[in-house]
Amino acid sequence: MTPLKVSIAATIVSVLLLVGVFELIRSRRLRERYALLWLLTGVLLVVLSAWRGGLNTIAGWLGVRGYPPAVLFAVGLLFVILVLLHYSTVISRLTDQNVVLAQRLALLETKLAESERQATSE
Amino acid sequence: MSTEALTAPSPPDTRLAARKRIAIVPAYNEERNIGRVIGELRAFDHGLDIVVVSDGSVDRTVEVAREHGAHVIRLPFNLGIGGAVQTGFRYAWENGYELAVRVDGDGQHDPAQLARVLEPVLAGEADIVVGSRFAGDPGYRSSAARRVGIRVLAWVVSAIARQRVTDSTSGFQALNRRAIRLFAGDYPHDYPEVEGMVMVIRHRLRLREVPVSMRAREHGRSSIGALGSIYYMAKVLLALFVGLFRRTVVPLEDA
Repeated sequence: MTPLKVSIAATIVSVLLLVGVFELIRSRRLRERYALLWLLTGVLLVVLSAWRGGLNTIAGWLGVRGYPPAVLFAVGLLFVILVLLHYSTVISRLTDQNVVLAQRLALLETKLAESERQATSE
Repeated sequence: MSTEALTAPSPPDTRLAARKRIAIVPAYNEERNIGRVIGELRAFDHGLDIVVVSDGSVDRTVEVAREHGAHVIRLPFNLGIGGAVQTGFRYAWENGYELAVRVDGDGQHDPAQLARVLEPVLAGEADIVVGSRFAGDPGYRSSAARRVGIRVLAWVVSAIARQRVTDSTSGFQALNRRAIRLFAGDYPHDYPEVEGMVMVIRHRLRLREVPVSMRAREHGRSSIGALGSIYYMAKVLLALFVGLFRRTVVPLEDA
């Protein structure tokens, strides 16, 4: 069984994570679209931390002997990897869009300069 | 501003003719529908300026819209419906339009029904009017899952708004300058119709629904497939929930 102190500490930290994520969304520093994974992580960690019997059972299924909180580490790590992977795709998309924006801006500048030159020569 | 105004016959309503008005038409790859939509808008009211916001279309949407004489804003890549529509609202706000209608570029909104959608705004009874598929005759056909989803959302929005709302996902809308200002300043990204309704209520703008019938799409597919419906619902409900607590960009009392 998970030591009580570990459960309490893990629950507090998970709840703080959830509250923090929600506050970030509320103050518009984080869009819901990018918060979904964080919210899922937070909810899962809260449940696994507070529900000690459940954590114990899951640890049993996974063949974790001796120290059930190892499952908490595993779940936390898995979600950190998922969030990072998600960010990689987001960064890739932003990079592509940035290129398009730079090109559009440069083309626009050229067009403007050319039409201004035309206007003064007429 | 627009050449067609010079040869305009009298618009259907003198209250309409007195106002500077614009139709905002978001379009994503609608080359087969956009021309007809523009034609129908013009048939409804020749003095109506039309701005097509092409949301990163990769077909000939931009060219077709220009050929039909509409103002065209070409977004460099797909921003999603919220970003596209807000571009239109900003255009309307910055160019001093007093009245805006929003009509989707896929042709599902029939411009002939605009008179009905515009009426409460023209009468000064509402700041924003939404054409609802369910307020009146049940002519609208859609998949069962989607109808259930629309009903659930309508129920949630009604509870939040403390006002009966039957169709919270309709993009067939008319807005006065006050509502244009709100949406130009702040518009939801992901589910603009549903979240927008909650925003309108929070900002104490007067919202009204009128019954309309919508047409089935003639060409192309809707942006939401049946498969993603449940995921969609979960995300919309989260967005609605968050929207209730979120800091507002446009000051509440001032909107």
